[in-house]
Amino acid sequence: MPAADGAHGALPAHFTAPGTSSFAEFLGAAAPDLLPSRRALPPGTLEAPHGTTIVAVVHADGVLMAGDRRATMGNIIAQRDIEKVFPTDEHSCVGIAGTAGLAVEMVKLFQVELEHFEKLEGHVLSLEGKANRLTTLIRGNLGMAMQGLAVVPLFAGYDLATGAGRIYGYDVTGGRNEETAYASTGSGSMFARSALKKRWREGLDEAEAVRVAVDALYDAADDDSATGGPDLTRKLYPIVMSVTADGLRRLPDTEVEAVVQAVVADRMTNPGG
Amino acid sequence: MTAPFYVSPEQLMKDKSDFARKGIARGRSVLVMTYDDGVLFIGENPSKALHKVSEIYDRIAFAAVGKYNEFENLRLAGVRYADLRGFQYDRSDVTVRGLANAYAQTLGTIFTESGKPYEVELTVAEVGRTTEEDQLYRLTYDGSVAEEHGHVVMGGQSEPITAVLREEHRGDLPLSEAVPLAVRALSQAGPDGEPRTLAPDALEAAVLDRTRPRRAFKRLLAPQLATLLGTPADSAATPPEDPA
Repeated sequence: MPAADGAHGALPAHFTAPGTSSFAEFLGAAAPDLLPSRRALPPGTLEAPHGTTIVAVVHADGVLMAGDRRATMGNIIAQRDIEKVFPTDEHSCVGIAGTAGLAVEMVKLFQVELEHFEKLEGHVLSLEGKANRLTTLIRGNLGMAMQGLAVVPLFAGYDLATGAGRIYGYDVTGGRNEETAYASTGSGSMFARSALKKRWREGLDEAEAVRVAVDALYDAADDDSATGGPDLTRKLYPIVMSVTADGLRRLPDTEVEAVVQAVVADRMTNPGG
Repeated sequence: MTAPFYVSPEQLMKDKSDFARKGIARGRSVLVMTYDDGVLFIGENPSKALHKVSEIYDRIAFAAVGKYNEFENLRLAGVRYADLRGFQYDRSDVTVRGLANAYAQTLGTIFTESGKPYEVELTVAEVGRTTEEDQLYRLTYDGSVAEEHGHVVMGGQSEPITAVLREEHRGDLPLSEAVPLAVRALSQAGPDGEPRTLAPDALEAAVLDRTRPRRAFKRLLAPQLATLLGTPADSAATPPEDPA
C-alpha cells in the first residue's frame, strides 16, 4: 500500500493533517497515482466503450433520473446491460454519459468524496456543495476530454433546504448549469430533450414522471443508434432512480417493466408516441 | 558548563506513561459493549458537537477518551485510512484489524519518538454478522493493542464501571436492556465514589447495528435514549436537526 510508508508503519503526516475534508484532495497528497486527473496521458486517441443517454425529470415530490442500458464502441454495441445511473448518497444521484470506464471511476470517487465529507464534518454537504464538488472532478478530467475521453454527467438531488428536487447539467470543462424542470445528456439527449419538452408539466407526480422519462428514452433510442431501447427479450429495462424527502429509491425492475410494457403497447398503434 | 543529565530509558518511558495515564484518567469514561444486534458506544459527553464516538466506515466505529485535539486527529486519520483502502480495493476489504494496526503503529511511534505522548485511549469496533463475530480492539497511548471480548471501559474512574459489567453484561442483551445497564454502570463513577444520576442529554451514544444495510453506524439521540431508559420524554433535550 503506497500510503502506509511512514516511520515504522505509522500513518504518514497527511493522514493526520487537519484542513481538508475532501477525499480527492487527500488522495492528491497520499496516493496521487489513484487520482484520474493526475495520470500522464500518452499522445494519440483511442476508442473505448461509450455510455449514452440519461434523462432527469423534476416531479412534485422530488426528482428522478433514468438511463438506457447501452454502451457502444464505434458501430459495436459494447455492453447491453451497463448501469449509468448511480446513487451518490441518501438524497442525490448521478447519471453519466461519455467514456464509460472513466465515468464509472469518477462516480466512485464522487461517492467516496460525499461520504468522506459527511464523516469528517459530521453533517451532509448542501446540494449546491455536492454539485460544486462534481464540477472540480470533471475539470480534472479536461486533459482526457481533449483526447476524446470526455465524461459528461447529470446530477440530481433533493434539496433538503428548499424542499424540492433539483437538476444540474455539466459540460466537459466542468461548466455547471442548473436546469429547472428536466434535462438530458449523452448522444441521444437531443431527441430525449424534445420529448421531455412536450411532455413535462408542472406538478407531475412520481409515476407520471417515470412514464415521461421512459418515453423520452424510447424516443432517444428511436432516433439515436447509440441509445438502447428497452430490451424486452432479455428483460433489460432502463435504470430509474427517484429522490424524494424520504431518500433515494431505485425502482425495482418489476415496476419499470410495467411502465415499459405500457409504453411499448402504446407505440404499437402510434410509433411516434 | 554543566554536564547533561542522564535519564535512563526505563525512567523516560515511565515518566511518559505516568503523564499519559494522568491525562486520560482526568476525563469521563466511555463504554463500549456488545448487544444482540451489534455494538453499543456510550459515554458522558455534554457537548453535542465535539464527539467522542464516531463512524469510521460501513461496519466500523471509533470511541475515544483523553485529549480532544489528539483523538480527533486520529479519527481523521482513521476515516482517511478506511476510505483510501475501500477506494483502492473494495469496501469489504476495510477491516478493523487493519485499522487497529495502523493506529497501534502511529501511537507507538508518537510515544517513543516525540517529547509528549498522546493522552488518549481508543476503542475501535467492527460489527459482524453475529455477536460472536463482533470485534473490539482497545488501543492505549503507547500503541499497545488488546482484543477485548464483550465490553471495554476507557478513561475516568473505570474500575467501578467494569465491576458492574463483569457481573451483568451478556452479549445477547437487547438494546432496551443494554442501554439501561450501560447507564447504570457509568453512573457508578461519581466524583467521590458515590453513584450519580445521568440524564439522557448528558450522554453521547451510538450503535453499530448489524441489521442496517450498509452503514451500520447510528447515533442515539437524547429522546431515543430517554425512551430506552424509560425516563419521561420531557426530561430529554430537543433533538438536533441532523441525526447523522
